[in-house]
Amino acid sequence: MASKYELSKIEVWDGNMAASHALRQAQIDVVAAYPITPSTPIVQNYGKFLSDGYIDGEFVMVESEHAAMSACVGAAAAGGRVATATSSQGFALMIEVMYQASGMRVPIVLNLVNRALAAPLNVNGDHSDMYLSRDCGWINLCTYNPQEAYDFNLMAFRISEDMRVRIPTIVNQDGFICSHTAQNVQPLSDDEAYAFVGEYKTKNALLDFSKPATYGAQTEEDWHFEHKAQLHHDLMNSVGVIEEVFEEFAKLTGRKYSLVESYDMSDAEVAIVALGTTVESARVAAKSAREKGIRAGVVSIRSLRPFPYKQVAEALQNCKAVAMLDRSLPAGAMGMLFNEVGVALLQNAQNKAILSNYIYGLGGRDMTQEALLNIYHELNENAKAGKLTHETQQFVGLRGKKMAFN
Amino acid sequence: MKGWNEFEIGSVLFPLNEDGMKAQEKMPQERSYTENSSRSASVAHWRVQKPVHNVEHCINCFFCWVYCPDASILAKDEKMSGVDYVHCKGCGVCVSVCPTNPKSLLMFDEVEEEKDALKKWPQKETK
Ligand code: SF4
Ligand code: SF4
Repeated sequence: MASKYELSKIEVWDGNMAASHALRQAQIDVVAAYPITPSTPIVQNYGKFLSDGYIDGEFVMVESEHAAMSACVGAAAAGGRVATATSSQGFALMIEVMYQASGMRVPIVLNLVNRALAAPLNVNGDHSDMYLSRDCGWINLCTYNPQEAYDFNLMAFRISEDMRVRIPTIVNQDGFICSHTAQNVQPLSDDEAYAFVGEYKTKNALLDFSKPATYGAQTEEDWHFEHKAQLHHDLMNSVGVIEEVFEEFAKLTGRKYSLVESYDMSDAEVAIVALGTTVESARVAAKSAREKGIRAGVVSIRSLRPFPYKQVAEALQNCKAVAMLDRSLPAGAMGMLFNEVGVALLQNAQNKAILSNYIYGLGGRDMTQEALLNIYHELNENAKAGKLTHETQQFVGLRGKKMAFN
Repeated sequence: MKGWNEFEIGSVLFPLNEDGMKAQEKMPQERSYTENSSRSASVAHWRVQKPVHNVEHCINCFFCWVYCPDASILAKDEKMSGVDYVHCKGCGVCVSVCPTNPKSLLMFDEVEEEKDALKKWPQKETK
């Protein structure tokens, strides 16, 4: 039996430590990992908890991230609770197996501590790896601070392992700004946390010898489409379970999460849509903008997949101007948030808001209050003019000649 | 035909029609397999050449049995007894590992009759 860990009501944890404790409390059967900056401390702390007797499960050290995710798929198909962590290049190496995991519908929890993708080599935070994960068939949850990294890890097991879902789940947090920034975190006790996550329930486990199962079957043009469409259907429908789990978590902790988070949106005329730690920075900037007479708000999403199409449009429906902030190189297109939120608005909102796209923070470049305030000013100008007063896509804090598109 | 909503999630297949623990106690040919089992379904349709076995030269060393990647070498009463053409992919590995001279397994065209193949068998090679 694993020893219980004595926790205070308030702990000072960074995002990585918060995630490690949540993984420990979930009593995972197998963690297979290959550490990479900035997610390294998640599995490093986990390994220490294991050596110190706080964990009963297996920790499998592997030779690469591809092997880490492969071992996770095997262990999950065998019938165990499974989790791991990675970042950036490590995630890129996992990507092939990410599609295997979602296609085989094995509930794995992956902590993705967001970091830039090379070249040039960079260890700092941006959302390139999160954006790379968009289409791999996983549920994709977004957190903005260490408390949320802890909370969402516990909830991820519930969502992913629910018999109505059985889809692997990513929990994103920003590299360094969240993962290495210590803040007050209110954890649950080990018993409370485990009671919330619950005993692992198996489905078609390979180690159930009374009902042998074949994983990894091949389908061609005959049936491939049907299996992939089934995954899409169940991902879309996981919204219901995600909301149920949010509800239940709120009852237990008082911390209420929503698919779409609105800050100061009730009378907002202009809004920023963002992800990660920038959400909190934008909230601070919105406050200052209001002092200057700009009715500013912030909208952010909790689940990149399933994408809260209607809900995000609803949150923004009364805005005159909206800026989507993308922290990943769009590489020949408009930013992902611009495209997805923009179309959600076009399809669902009555008003036709003026939309703009800001690319920012690549490779860990700071997003300052000054830059955010400047965006609110530009939004305000657009709202007043009733049209764009600049090009649609701009680049925040980019050195050199001004770059802008469309 | 089935639709997307009628499949087990994860494209998981179940090879047995009966309890796996009970099936283990039976010989493979006595177990009840589903149509999704590769035991029931032929997976040999892309083979263009097939290995033919010649008992005249075979020394029952079982190299072919060990090396066949598809477990398609049949054995009976401790003797190599032929090839399972429902599962053999025609890769030729068995032929290359067969140590006899001449070989006791050789590749022939898929359409070649076994008796014709045996008539064409080469003589012992002189080194
Ligand atoms: S040809 Fe290949 S698959 Fe067929 S029996 Fe020989 S080794 Fe096995
Ligand atoms: S390898 Fe050749 S000699 Fe050995 S058992 Fe097979 S066919 Fe016979």
